[in-house]
Amino acid sequence: MKNANPEYLIFLGCTIPYRLTSYEVSARKVLKTLGVKLVEMPDFNCCGYPIDLVNHELASALATRNLCLAEEKEMNILTLCNGCFGFLNKVNKMLKEDEGFRKKINKDLNEIGMEYKGKVEVKHLIHVLTEDVGFEKIRQNVKKSLSMIRVAQHTGCHLLRPSKYTLRDGLDGHTLLKELIELTGAECLDYVDEGECCGNPIIGVNEDIPFQMAREKLEHVKKVNAQALITVCPFCHIMYDLNQPLIERRFNERFRIPVLHYPQLLGLAMGFTPEELAINDLRVKPIELLNSIYNAE
Amino acid sequence: MAGLKHIFENATVTRINPRFRHEMADAEKLLLCFQCGTCTAGCPVSRFSSFYNPRKIARMVQLGLKDRLLSDAALWLCTTCYTCIDNCPQGVEVANIVRSLRNLSVKERRVMPLISKKLALNILRSGYAYIIPESRIRRRITQGLPHLPRSNLKQIAKLFEVTDFLGVIENVETFEKVEVKE
Repeated sequence: MKNANPEYLIFLGCTIPYRLTSYEVSARKVLKTLGVKLVEMPDFNCCGYPIDLVNHELASALATRNLCLAEEKEMNILTLCNGCFGFLNKVNKMLKEDEGFRKKINKDLNEIGMEYKGKVEVKHLIHVLTEDVGFEKIRQNVKKSLSMIRVAQHTGCHLLRPSKYTLRDGLDGHTLLKELIELTGAECLDYVDEGECCGNPIIGVNEDIPFQMAREKLEHVKKVNAQALITVCPFCHIMYDLNQPLIERRFNERFRIPVLHYPQLLGLAMGFTPEELAINDLRVKPIELLNSIYNAE
Repeated sequence: MAGLKHIFENATVTRINPRFRHEMADAEKLLLCFQCGTCTAGCPVSRFSSFYNPRKIARMVQLGLKDRLLSDAALWLCTTCYTCIDNCPQGVEVANIVRSLRNLSVKERRVMPLISKKLALNILRSGYAYIIPESRIRRRITQGLPHLPRSNLKQIAKLFEVTDFLGVIENVETFEKVEVKE
């Protein structure tokens, strides 16, 4: 049985409110229609991931503070960002499994009057859609089948690896997004190296390598004639959408591949207008894609 | 013989620290690494630049080449895609070892990427990794989005303090870019 009235604390993280509200706008619209109640996370802080490379203990303490806020609310966390999911989920599991680690982090948390007890779970948007809402309900809410379009997906690293933390019921995440896309009627094409990294996390210290990685991904997507690339992570999205014109200029290549957040694609199938889904916020405008959708008849 | 003399005079002596691997969390399993190179073969960064080579990093830790490792700029090129962790036939968590090395380098050498310092200071000042401009916070209303909560900065500063990171961030050298040397 799927949960008829799922309720989650929404953990926005930093990158989405900072530069990708289109993801938040579209996700909130589709989740509301699908009956998922979102409660705002009170005075949360950065998930901790960006600090992990310089101080693992502080990063874990920052993550745990967020987990403790959820425990106070007695609610599970929903994230839209792969980075937030990956780090909060990993720290949550490490705290549950490793007593020494829990003691150490709780000692830090005691200094701010908090204690981690291990009572909550962290899920990403795609887990809530598959596990709580369920395919059947999503299918029922599709009003306009997108069977006229062909897209490709990029799930992103922190939903896939390390599998020690990302496996759910023994299943890995490689096909989840693909299945969710196909519920809209759109065809989801396979391409080379689908699970490969976008490169974004090191762009602050080196642009050359991430741009080459993203270029290769866009080439693979282009090669199978996908009309759009679908993402579920703000970092991957920035890499392929915001940075796409820079990559085109740097390598003197032309991609013009629109990159949609999954809830934007689902939203179109659910009958929302492109305006309602903040599709105009995208850097690469999906003009041809929208033409195929709305002029198909 | 002149050649040999030249080599010896210009050789840098690397200090070896055999207990090095015990200084790091997650590195115990590193003893199991038999240098098959699966990590490097699957690493997307290594594919574009041989400057970053996780197999080599693992070997250097085994050998206790602490000084060379901690000053190696290549450490900062791992994207944390975790492909190496899932691919390792010996269950060595290579990316975590790289993280431990980065942490140790910050702690002992007081050097970190400028971007990391900026993000850390932003978190300290606002709770978020970026300082979100007022205009964007106001734009949320027109977008129909709920108010963005302010974080508890006192608690965050305390966490920076108790993990000994406040002192580090106030007194740390930074570098902007990692230049790739092939």
